[in-house]
Amino acid sequence: MTVAETAPAFGLPGVDGRNHMLDEYADAPVLVLVQSCNHCPYVLAWEGRIDALAREYADRGVRFVAINSNDAEAYPADSFDAMVRHAREAGYSFDYLHDASQEIARALGSERTPEAFVYDADRRLVYHGAVDDSREEERVTAHYLRDAIEAALAGEAPPVAETPPVGCTVKWRS
Amino acid sequence: MRIELLYWEGCPSYPEAKALLEEVLAERGLAGQVEMREVLTHEEAVALSFPGSPTIRVNGRDVDPAGAGVPPGLTCRVYVLGDGRPSPVPSRRQLEEALS
Repeated sequence: MTVAETAPAFGLPGVDGRNHMLDEYADAPVLVLVQSCNHCPYVLAWEGRIDALAREYADRGVRFVAINSNDAEAYPADSFDAMVRHAREAGYSFDYLHDASQEIARALGSERTPEAFVYDADRRLVYHGAVDDSREEERVTAHYLRDAIEAALAGEAPPVAETPPVGCTVKWRS
Repeated sequence: MRIELLYWEGCPSYPEAKALLEEVLAERGLAGQVEMREVLTHEEAVALSFPGSPTIRVNGRDVDPAGAGVPPGLTCRVYVLGDGRPSPVPSRRQLEEALS
């Protein structure tokens, strides 16, 4: 699947009960989209770090949006109701949206959860891939997502523009 | 002793689990006894009571009995480590206890 070079337009329901559209993040100098879900152990291992980054960069206008596109019929743990519960229990500070049609996952070219897409102010893709280089936080040596955000805020190219995302496969509808 | 590792190719964690299992087995002089079984379909997952990948059974008993009861399916399995963190593979301690 080809990864989208520009952020795809979307209008998706969020766990906060509102519909969220790409345009509402227009003022953000950097937009981070994260293909995610509720039940994947790799998401569970990384979500705390994703949330910490979202909180850390909020003051600088960076917005994080997680999108769950998994087939909730085959995987009930990824239903919208379960998303609402999971976001509350995990204390997400970022928007968590439901892509029931899987249209946005396909537009992004997503394959895994979690999988990060970093867009600059013009919503051009500047980084795609893993959050960092280890699911075990104490073993992390490369902070891909953080470095990409810093570079994008500085108007520079990130030191690493692409890494293989590590995680569960997106659960496509058959 | 029968040691099975059931896995689904769609989850990337089984090579790590296999390596850890083989390491623990080698320490006990049981190297080379792992039966690998790939689960290919949802129907197969149901028939095998496969709660996710990877699943390791020693003489038919799951190394993480608490996590074995989730509905079967082709998914990545979540293990809870001793410190409460989620993990896609069982801990060394879980394997050691299952083999003791």
